Amino acid sequence: MCLAIPARIVELEGDKAVVDAMGNRWRARTTLLPEARLGDLVLIHAGFAISLVDEKEAKETWELLRQIDDFEKTQDKVSG
Amino acid sequence: MLERIYRAQKVMDEACRTRGRQINIMEVCGTHTVSIFRSGIKSTLPEGLKLLSGPGCPVCVTDQSYIDNVLQLAERDDVLIATYGDMIRVPGRGGSLETKQPGANIKVVLSSDDALQLARDYPNKKIVFIAVGFETTAPATAVVVRQAANEGIENFFVLSGHKLVVPAMRTLVSQKNHRIDAFLCPGHVSAIIGYGAFAEIVRRYGRPCVVAGFEPMQIIEGLGEICRQITADKAELKSIYTAVVTEQGNTTAQAMIDQCFEPADGYWRGLGKIEKSTLKLKGAYAQFDAIERFGLSQEPVEDKSGCRCGEVLCGLIEPPQCELFGHNCTPERPVGPCMVSSEGACSAWYKYGRNRKKQQ
Repeated sequence: MCLAIPARIVELEGDKAVVDAMGNRWRARTTLLPEARLGDLVLIHAGFAISLVDEKEAKETWELLRQIDDFEKTQDKVSG
Repeated sequence: MLERIYRAQKVMDEACRTRGRQINIMEVCGTHTVSIFRSGIKSTLPEGLKLLSGPGCPVCVTDQSYIDNVLQLAERDDVLIATYGDMIRVPGRGGSLETKQPGANIKVVLSSDDALQLARDYPNKKIVFIAVGFETTAPATAVVVRQAANEGIENFFVLSGHKLVVPAMRTLVSQKNHRIDAFLCPGHVSAIIGYGAFAEIVRRYGRPCVVAGFEPMQIIEGLGEICRQITADKAELKSIYTAVVTEQGNTTAQAMIDQCFEPADGYWRGLGKIEKSTLKLKGAYAQFDAIERFGLSQEPVEDKSGCRCGEVLCGLIEPPQCELFGHNCTPERPVGPCMVSSEGACSAWYKYGRNRKKQQ
């Protein structure tokens, strides 16, 4: 629940942003991180950017999320 | 990378030898719990080092009375419930949101912003936002409460289940029978509150507090750092999640919480009533408080299901020690919240522990 996902700000108007992580895009807000700029990598939690994050950290997290997703799919096959 | 793992393991071995008894480290973050199980970290630890899953999953620590209030509200024709997906399957007395009538007045939202939008879209309904979560999530609630006030929206209410991590940690180490030697502190909560927030636990209770991210390498090195302190017979405050966490945290988010909420006494599953551990809407924002608006009770109710989530959350037992685990309580048919939430200790044990057995 407290998991925040790294994503890049690809559109920004005021505090309303569109962010991208691993090709998935969704709306988020930068109200809690006013210093965030277009092109920045940020951690998104429950629709809000909470922290800036560097490239290395973002890539590691995306890789981990990909692994978890793969594992969940295997589990679904096992139980389904 | 292997070298870093070996180095951390060496430090852990040394701590176990120095301490001469079992070392118990509690992780206070559901994301850590999942990462620890998924990566198989437990099996790489020395025998004398044990990890306890603490109250780090917001859904799991939510008291039964809160869930009952949600279910009660869901029965009202004039109410539309807006909830994060995590809460849908948590059982209360008389079912869960999921078992309510199909098409009932429940909407799953991904953010507090979506919940407020429902208030604009359904002006004839009273929207109740099921606001659970620690300090990571509370600022997002605060933002939309302020927005609702600014826009003069009158059909938006918040059932605040927001909780504060440090008061729970304080309660755990104040209990007589606790066996916690150190804390692996949550990464994303700390992004908001800053690692400085744990100073009190280090100073007053002499417990090392180390903030780590949730990649396995971060967790292993976090445990290594704790063990280094234990060997040196020291308790220090440290963050190794330097890419994200600062000592002060996100001060904009903290200010947002302070403007809308005040700390209030509240109930936690397993831990009981904890002084100033929950967030209650204050001042002009109290008009958005669902407890006040709908006259709900917050007194705890007795759980007769036999579920031992409370003891699991305090690190007193491990999930398989609960009689219901794996038989009457599974992720498909959960009895307690630690099995419902994907970040709950019981769910992690069931999913990843079971899989490991299959692989052997």
